[in-house]
Amino acid sequence: MSGKYKQVAYYPGCALEGTGHAYNRSTRELGKALGLEVVELKNWNCCGAMEVKNIDPKLQTYLSARNLSIADAMGFETVMAPCNGCYHNLKKAEYDLRHDAASREVTDRLSRKAGHKTYEAGKVTTIHALDWIKDAIGEDGLRARVKNSLRGLKIANYYGCMYTRPRHIFPEKDRGPGSESTSKPHFMDDLLAAAGAENVEYPLKTACCGGAHTLSDSDTSTKLVLNLLTTAEACGADVIATECPTCHTGLEMHQVRAEKVFGRKTSVKILYFTQLLGMALGLSARRVGVQENFSDSSDLLRARGLG
Amino acid sequence: MASIRTMSLDEVTARLDGMLGASDVELGADASALADQLLALSEAILEAWLTARGESPTNEAVEGFRLLALHRQGARGEPSFNACRETCRELVFHHNLVRLDPAHAEVARRLRLGVMVARHLMLFIGGKLEVAGLGEFCCAARPLRQQEATAHPTETV
Repeated sequence: MSGKYKQVAYYPGCALEGTGHAYNRSTRELGKALGLEVVELKNWNCCGAMEVKNIDPKLQTYLSARNLSIADAMGFETVMAPCNGCYHNLKKAEYDLRHDAASREVTDRLSRKAGHKTYEAGKVTTIHALDWIKDAIGEDGLRARVKNSLRGLKIANYYGCMYTRPRHIFPEKDRGPGSESTSKPHFMDDLLAAAGAENVEYPLKTACCGGAHTLSDSDTSTKLVLNLLTTAEACGADVIATECPTCHTGLEMHQVRAEKVFGRKTSVKILYFTQLLGMALGLSARRVGVQENFSDSSDLLRARGLG
Repeated sequence: MASIRTMSLDEVTARLDGMLGASDVELGADASALADQLLALSEAILEAWLTARGESPTNEAVEGFRLLALHRQGARGEPSFNACRETCRELVFHHNLVRLDPAHAEVARRLRLGVMVARHLMLFIGGKLEVAGLGEFCCAARPLRQQEATAHPTETV
């Protein structure tokens, strides 16, 4: 273990307290099992998600900046956000505050009005849960701790869109060997392979799931998700591993909807990468919240001796 | 049969479904030609988007592929097109994979996966033709209500 990220500020975000609760639970449990500590931001607020960003982007920048300001005030240099939406928005706020004077002005004005210190770009680094495990433990460290190998489990890794797009807000990616790739992300693949899983070559790792339109144009979302699911099955995957609560919920719900509306049944299971890693480390399926998923993977996990 | 360059999206879909339903023997018999066809069908999908925007689809190539040039053209002023950038690059990858070894034991599987990627491009572009904002504020991080936001700045908060 490198010692890096042994203790990080933790920003769960709204989804991890609701539909993505299993991700929250499994992230915390995985951290504990690996000897990593997460300290939740005190009195954190919504990152601005898609709704605020859609109406007033500078207000979204402020909302995310407030969370970064809390991390700074708590004495942290790093905040870890497992949700792609939160991670993306904190990164975007960082970018906007560095490059846009109007964003800085609005953030400063609202921060003073709200009575807290204005966040200054560059003081806190936002990382994803994948960065956290990859940099704090690494593949070798993980391999050494595996108790129940994921051997024989074929996994398609789905990263969704907001983990890598738009590329300009992720300056640390695409830096050559060791860094994450925006065109072909691999951190989740690397970690799950270290836990013994067999990753399949999945050509739709970052393809659109229509998530933002899931309510306004459900059929488009269902068709996009159905293609993600059938392609994963065609690749031979038993499981689609996710690292975002919105992707995860979208895949699960549209898997059900595809069967109801289009009569297309798919059987690939959907699990958070933190659940898979947790079980590989010997945690029970219940401990990592598998029972909270809509996608019922209990038979598969039992057959593989996991959980 | 319509030439691929004048195909409607429904015709492209039918052709993709046909390729997906073909047997391994059928796919393997002329794998290189099918790989070229798959690329042309994918170009037809992007052409439909460009034509709908009133543009003339380019005949130029980027990194040797017209598909990538069409993507670049479609993405101009439309950052949500980032959402299908990797999809287009995967299509080029699958094309090359088949063309480099058309006699490979897995060529039928490789073609089928290529078709599924093309189908995703088709669904995304088809979705955007119905709801232009698809991919807009997630992949592009661009607000859909920018104008309203500018008209009513944050002062009121």
